[in-house]
Amino acid sequence: MHPIPTVNYLVLSAALLLIGTVGVLTRRNVVIILMSIELILNAVNINLIAFSRSLPLVEGHANVGGQVFAIFVITDAVAEAAVGLGILIALFRNKETVLADEIDLLKW
Amino acid sequence: MLIDNVLFYVFAALVLGGGILTITRRNAVHSAVSLIVSLLGVAGLYLLQQAEFLFAVQIVLYVGGIMVLFLFVIMLVNLDQAAKERQFNRQWLVALAAVAAVALEVGFFLYRGRDAFHIAEAVPALLPPGLGNTEVVADSLFSEYLLPFEVASLLLLVAVVGSVIMAKKRI
Repeated sequence: MHPIPTVNYLVLSAALLLIGTVGVLTRRNVVIILMSIELILNAVNINLIAFSRSLPLVEGHANVGGQVFAIFVITDAVAEAAVGLGILIALFRNKETVLADEIDLLKW
Repeated sequence: MLIDNVLFYVFAALVLGGGILTITRRNAVHSAVSLIVSLLGVAGLYLLQQAEFLFAVQIVLYVGGIMVLFLFVIMLVNLDQAAKERQFNRQWLVALAAVAAVALEVGFFLYRGRDAFHIAEAVPALLPPGLGNTEVVADSLFSEYLLPFEVASLLLLVAVVGSVIMAKKRI
């Protein structure tokens, strides 16, 4: 028996998502913006795992579809971090800054 | 069981506290360390939900892989200058208002729908006899989700090539 209701996990996940969103929208430092994206992806994973437990059983056994999807989300997070940090290094080499609002070449 | 409840709230406090520290610290290294605390809390939640394989993946891949990558990049780009400057951009008030609106929406949804999510409480993780969580996940991953798995490997290949090209001085 699992005593913690799913809705607790959902509230936690929503709170983490909102914290990550605040980070993405308000910080200037690109490194911290990328970290906030990791927070958002983790919020998604908490949701997936929580819902994975309420899936119907397959042949009497637990359904792990949510866990498999969480693995795919982690794969995405890895790819995003690698490419994002690569872009950041290229950007720092060219513009000597990591502050998002100083990179305004496309701004009118 | 009481211990499960206590553990849930401890891990939730780690996750949220680490998250809040991550987005408020001035120094990017402090942010990274707070993010590690948050990710470890998420790993604990996986363990609480009997997702042992994901628990291991979370620690090995996130804490051991991604966060080390972050720390390397923080050392590569000189952030001493950035730490002295203004940390939040000019639209932070608008951003907070927008996020508060979303929070109200999500909170209302969860409040009204909380009775709909009761199914999971009653279902224990039933595993086939003699098999652990890792075997079951692997079974599902390599049979039911084989095509997404292959697509994910292609995505990783593209990411590896892309990040090498991005970080190269001259292509």
